[in-house]
Amino acid sequence: MSENPTPNKDLNLRQGKTSSRVIEHFVAPLEETPLAAIDNVDETSAPLSLWADAWRNLRKQPLFIISVLLILVVFVVAIFPQFFAHVSPSSCSLADSAEGARPGHPLGFTLQGCDVYSRVIYGTRASLTVGIFTTIGVLIIGGIMGALAGYYGGWLDIILARLGDVFFALPLILGAIVINQLPSFRDNRSVWTVVVALVIFGWPQIARITRGAVIENRNADFVTASKALGLSRFAALLRHVLPNSLAPIIVVASISLGTFIVAEATLSFLGIGLPPTDISWGNDIANAQPQVRNNPGVLLWPAVALSITVLSFIMLGDALRDALDPKARKR
Amino acid sequence: MSNYETGMIGNNPAKQSDDTPLLVLKDLAITFETSTGPVEAVRKADLTIMPGETVAIVGESGSGKSTTALAAIGLLPSNGRVSAGQVIFDGEDITHASEKRIVELRGSSIGMVPQDPMSNLNPVWKIGFQVKETLKANGLAGSNHKERVTEVLTEAGLPDAAARAKQYPHEFSGGMRQRALIAIGLACRPRLLIADEPTSALDVTVQRQILDHLDSMTTELGTAVLLITHDLGLAAERAEKLVVMYKGRVVESGPALEILRNPRHPYTQRLVNSAPSLASRRLQSQKAKDALAAAAENLGAPAETARHAPSSLAKPVLPKDSGKGDTFLEIKNLTKVFKLRGALGKSSDFKAVDNVSLSVKRGTTMAIVGESGSGKSTVAQMALSLLAPTEGSILFDGVEVNTLKGKDLFNFRRRVQPIFQDPYGSLDPMFNIYRTIEEPLKIHKIGNAKSREKKVRELLDQVSMPSSSMSRYPNELSGGQRQRIAIARALALNPDVIICDEAVSALDVLVQAQVLNLLNELQEELGLTYLFITHDLAVVRQIADHVTVMQTGKVVEASSTDEVFNNPKQRYTQDLLNAIPGATLLV
Repeated sequence: MSENPTPNKDLNLRQGKTSSRVIEHFVAPLEETPLAAIDNVDETSAPLSLWADAWRNLRKQPLFIISVLLILVVFVVAIFPQFFAHVSPSSCSLADSAEGARPGHPLGFTLQGCDVYSRVIYGTRASLTVGIFTTIGVLIIGGIMGALAGYYGGWLDIILARLGDVFFALPLILGAIVINQLPSFRDNRSVWTVVVALVIFGWPQIARITRGAVIENRNADFVTASKALGLSRFAALLRHVLPNSLAPIIVVASISLGTFIVAEATLSFLGIGLPPTDISWGNDIANAQPQVRNNPGVLLWPAVALSITVLSFIMLGDALRDALDPKARKR
Repeated sequence: MSNYETGMIGNNPAKQSDDTPLLVLKDLAITFETSTGPVEAVRKADLTIMPGETVAIVGESGSGKSTTALAAIGLLPSNGRVSAGQVIFDGEDITHASEKRIVELRGSSIGMVPQDPMSNLNPVWKIGFQVKETLKANGLAGSNHKERVTEVLTEAGLPDAAARAKQYPHEFSGGMRQRALIAIGLACRPRLLIADEPTSALDVTVQRQILDHLDSMTTELGTAVLLITHDLGLAAERAEKLVVMYKGRVVESGPALEILRNPRHPYTQRLVNSAPSLASRRLQSQKAKDALAAAAENLGAPAETARHAPSSLAKPVLPKDSGKGDTFLEIKNLTKVFKLRGALGKSSDFKAVDNVSLSVKRGTTMAIVGESGSGKSTVAQMALSLLAPTEGSILFDGVEVNTLKGKDLFNFRRRVQPIFQDPYGSLDPMFNIYRTIEEPLKIHKIGNAKSREKKVRELLDQVSMPSSSMSRYPNELSGGQRQRIAIARALALNPDVIICDEAVSALDVLVQAQVLNLLNELQEELGLTYLFITHDLAVVRQIADHVTVMQTGKVVEASSTDEVFNNPKQRYTQDLLNAIPGATLLV
């Protein structure tokens, strides 16, 4: 597909066009159009890194403010439950079985006579622990796998990507059910067995996101420049590629933190998550099942706590996505 | 659309009165609503286009030239509006005309050729369909639309138009897509064609052909053209009238050649002085100029000889300088073959660089010139040892670069540094300026924190950036400033050779001139050797001592800059030189 060759007629020089009409030569008055020195640096405003810029956007967003406040409350409750509930969640008395609300016990009692309010407060810690540690585990494993696969490519990418696909193909809950049936897991049930099960099936998602972000950045000119400066390939990954790939990973991590909390509740509800002796929202929801019709509050309150926690993490993820989106970045 | 109007516009442009202006913009102001409040992008812009006339708006990026033109056909982005003034098309005030009326005018009375041929054709429709769409939208399709489509495409200079109309945009080269867009723009015989940087994305020779064709077509049809461009030379060559815009204001307007020869506004003067296509000789550093003046005074020697044999007092006494004139970087029979993946696992070979040899002397600038796909950047990558050649050798200061390993390669990196084209991509957005420039010193473990900070300040000073910019981030700087930071980073290790890969191509003319001057001063001061990769012959003239012209991976011509410009041996080189817009206007 070649262009039409222009005939080589024009070695005679092009002289531009002149018009037969009279064209006025207008010059703007100088005082109205002052010349700025070319390319001056604005030295007045404070320097703004990408993170500082994102923060400036974020702190004006109601979605962000609400979700952060909610998450703060959830954290404080998880760390210091005794400040919020003065009744022990495990001192239950059958005399109070299925009693309604009364002073000091605002949400009534379960069938076993335990204080519902206190159980909801004390259940926060288990859920949050599972959510946070699963997310950390997933970030470490998925992040490393994804970054190596994306950065080095080739056969390493093929192997790691297929490995991820194998785990991705198994539904998280189904996989966790199987894992928790293994003798070593079944006999030592605790928060940590749940975390391990969720990490094993949760990492491919972060790996995919990391891989994509790393591929996008690995051929950037600033990476090539750093190689030409003598930086080793691996150091360039750590110093330039990964920091520039963080934004989408942070967004996905904060959203999946919410979903891991749901997954914990689901497993506990099914009786294969936390041991029944642990206080957790999932266990409480499971125990409230038989009473749904005559005492729905017992089921309602742990479910509400669970929803608010999960919702606030997902809202946080949405707000972060708006602030860190690379496309919104370009101005 | 009334038939009366269509008929008249379509067939008899000559009948129109020659004295009423076709388009008048009166005191136009355009305001954009942004998150930080309203911004006035254009203020008090005046513009008159007579029927059949070509008018060019010239300005750098952000000067409001495209915005002004888009306002004329009501295509401002949704947050922009005409806040004052009038748009008068053929005697009719269309400033606040209804959407319906504007749509009527578009295509049939005012055509448009957009900037980027790569993204302005819809990839899922055939070219013919996209031309037909325009005809249909303006009620001109009729029963014989197929012939009409072919006719329009043929007029735009597409060979074998009937067959081409059945192809998709991805089967077209950039130049052919631009021709298709011109065909669409002129399909309904508009009386005014707005061409927004119609050829900026194309190679010079293709640009030349397209503009020549556009010229003859619009002359034939009597179409007035509003040409928007950043290239003063191109504007002066193609238009009768120039409008120079700066920061949303019209600073000067008038007959093209007069403005070029006798610019009155200081901005226009600066623009004319900086336009590379109008420059006729190599830049000289301040030192060389002083020496020249001194030599002329003392000896009465002609300026030319003094330039070629700089007197010893002009030279700073630097150890690096002692070897000036030796061959420093030598490329011998360099070949690079890429394997292209084909269908069914078959792969074919693609020779990106084919038996290229060149040698660069210490302290001089060698330019490699070529159009896209000529393999010039691949040569740069191999010279930087970022890409292994398939065959051939690269000798740097007498040492073979390809076989360098470990410590030797690390030391080689210290002596050869790149500067890249895209000032937005070559700085890590997460690093502030201080960390960016300090990085090479850190990697090579030079000095301690304190001495490094001192060095960074020195480097910033060398590229004329204030040291207060140290804490800034790349997103806060303009393109030219970023490029200067990239130069400072490249200089941090006191390299001998700097490889500039299209280092000034993405910059506005004034900033480009500034960066070129800076590079030139630094060469004089530090005795640097440059390998300068570019597609722009005009820039070559300003910075290079020797030129290698490449075409499809092969060296076509290699000689000194003066020789190539004054006496090009090869047809291809002549074509390239001829294609520099405006080159012949000021001589």
